[in-house]
Amino acid sequence: MIKFLLKGIMGDKNRSLLPIIIVTIGVSLTVLLSGYIKGAMGDIIDQNARFDTGHVKVMTKAYAENKDQLPNDLAILGVDSLLQQLKNNYPEMNWVKRTKFGGIIDVPDANGETKGQGPASGMAFELFSKTSGEIKRMNLQTAIVKGALPTKSGEALIGQEFIEKLGLNIGDEVTYFGSTMNGSMTFKNFKVTGSIRFGTPALDKGAIIVDITDAQKMLDMENASGEILGYQPNEIYNDEKAKQLADSFNNSVGNTTDEYAPIMLPLKDQNNLASYLDYVDVYTGLFVTIFIIVMSIVLWNTGLLGGLRRYQEFGIRLALGEAKGHIYRTMIYEAVLIGVIGSILGSLVGLAFTYYMQVVGIDIGEMLENSSMLMPSVIRAKVTPSLFYIGFIPGLFAMVLGTALSGIGIYKRETATLFKELEV
Amino acid sequence: MNTIKLKFKATTFITIIFGSILISSAQDGIAILKKVDANMSSDTQISESQMIIHGKRNSRTVVSKGYAEGDKRSFSEYLSPAREKGTKMLKLEDRLWIYSPSTDRTIQLSGHMLRQSVMGSDLSYEDMMEDRKLEEMYTVKVVGEEIIQNRKVWILDMEANVEDVSYVKRKAWIDQERFVPLKEELYAKSGQLLKLVVMSEIEKIDGRWYPKKMNYKDALKDGKGTDFILTNIQFNAEIPQHLFSKAALKK
Repeated sequence: MIKFLLKGIMGDKNRSLLPIIIVTIGVSLTVLLSGYIKGAMGDIIDQNARFDTGHVKVMTKAYAENKDQLPNDLAILGVDSLLQQLKNNYPEMNWVKRTKFGGIIDVPDANGETKGQGPASGMAFELFSKTSGEIKRMNLQTAIVKGALPTKSGEALIGQEFIEKLGLNIGDEVTYFGSTMNGSMTFKNFKVTGSIRFGTPALDKGAIIVDITDAQKMLDMENASGEILGYQPNEIYNDEKAKQLADSFNNSVGNTTDEYAPIMLPLKDQNNLASYLDYVDVYTGLFVTIFIIVMSIVLWNTGLLGGLRRYQEFGIRLALGEAKGHIYRTMIYEAVLIGVIGSILGSLVGLAFTYYMQVVGIDIGEMLENSSMLMPSVIRAKVTPSLFYIGFIPGLFAMVLGTALSGIGIYKRETATLFKELEV
Repeated sequence: MNTIKLKFKATTFITIIFGSILISSAQDGIAILKKVDANMSSDTQISESQMIIHGKRNSRTVVSKGYAEGDKRSFSEYLSPAREKGTKMLKLEDRLWIYSPSTDRTIQLSGHMLRQSVMGSDLSYEDMMEDRKLEEMYTVKVVGEEIIQNRKVWILDMEANVEDVSYVKRKAWIDQERFVPLKEELYAKSGQLLKLVVMSEIEKIDGRWYPKKMNYKDALKDGKGTDFILTNIQFNAEIPQHLFSKAALKK
């Protein structure tokens, strides 16, 4: 039966070409846009995980409430023992301590007076640790534009845009000026070992990256740290596992009223990412539904035109004694086959474009010039396993629905008028 | 016709009465501000102070010695704790330099950086720098009377009449007898309350009433604010001119 229908589809191009083209276009657009939305969101989530949220993050409760203000006065004290405890209790995760800080980078002239300065977004990583994996996780080697990573105390990486603005060279000295954990003034000279570009304007303009031991000394945070970040194996985020881990940790801490007690938050519960992720699900669903409806209308119309052209064929088949239900069913089977062919072709075309967009991406850097959001400047699509089947939903469904609607006409066909048409 | 005339006369009378009340309250306000300025401002000032910064986890005390000449030039040196010892600040006109002995660097602060907190306190660099006479910066209205700290006070509403002020609006509670502010509310242009200052321990020093303790509270922060306590103050004392130079920072 399938072979017979396939022969019919292949043999009669007038019957199948237009529906296949429509399904192919619709499916390829669905695949491309789904891949682009997934890719963009994946990039944003990945960027947030690496720079800010981790897959889970441990902070004090008070710090968590004010974390946008980088409140290092509310940091975790005795961080080394807490870190060891996390490593012992949850060995499958990679745990690292991080501290973020804000202040001013001041560049001296030949007389040691201010030549230029700008606000600094400071980040302290475990750069000198061989086991932290922070250099790889943050793609620091790749992000370096000039120079090299700091290898000893008193060295720092500075954002490329800041270096360009002030005409700094590798090896020059800059002064960081800010507040310690206790609010005292702090000044520290750093030798610039390299310039860095993350592709995130908010960071590239004034980032200063130092080892956490330097930050701890500079900010009076001996054995203290703003945050502890946890990363799941292979750096792949699993929301369910992150939630379970956070629940398990928070239950182990108990229901304490101490505002400096540690609290663990999964990625999704930070930076409004839950709503972003929910939006993506809603919009992808909405997008696929709209495609199904629009394509169904188009295919219904195509089916009607095809039906009109095949009016005589249906008449003859009825005259030969074929049941109306049987004709209707064969049309649906035919639609399924056309839907499958169109969906396969559409998925191939869509995947090819998605892959192209994954490699090239769209540069939105200019739009982010004054943005402080943690977003990559090139938004890329991503080929995910779901793209291999997602196009079949609108492709098949719309084709079958369109045919089902247009095929209703068969039941209105009257045998009496048939003979008149055939001039028997 | 007579009714219209009567109404016109009544309106004119009311306008004149209200107008003269307003003018007289403005004049009273200016007179009050002049007396406040006479207490609070001087040609030169040498002071030793403690700044007790009440943090969330702990409190700490920063001791400093300051020299000021009018509202244009000032120099201060931090004496303790150890982390701050030797840090110096120099203000010349609207520019501020900070010298850090640990890095041997002199850093200039300007623009929005002057609104940053000084050493985690509730005072900004602008607060520390501003020493102009109120009378020169604000138009004033007396809007009421009250009793605070067991003292009868006038309540003054002030609006800036010059551009370069830190706070566009102020509300001050002025001791009616000693002409010292006992409380001040400092506002942004939008009407948002930014700081609350409570003055206490009013003492007569060199013939003028002066608050020896001020509590600054940043309205946008939690906590008990910052106590600024004067341990010693000399008015119109002679200050060596070399202090008001960048060279003095490194000495």
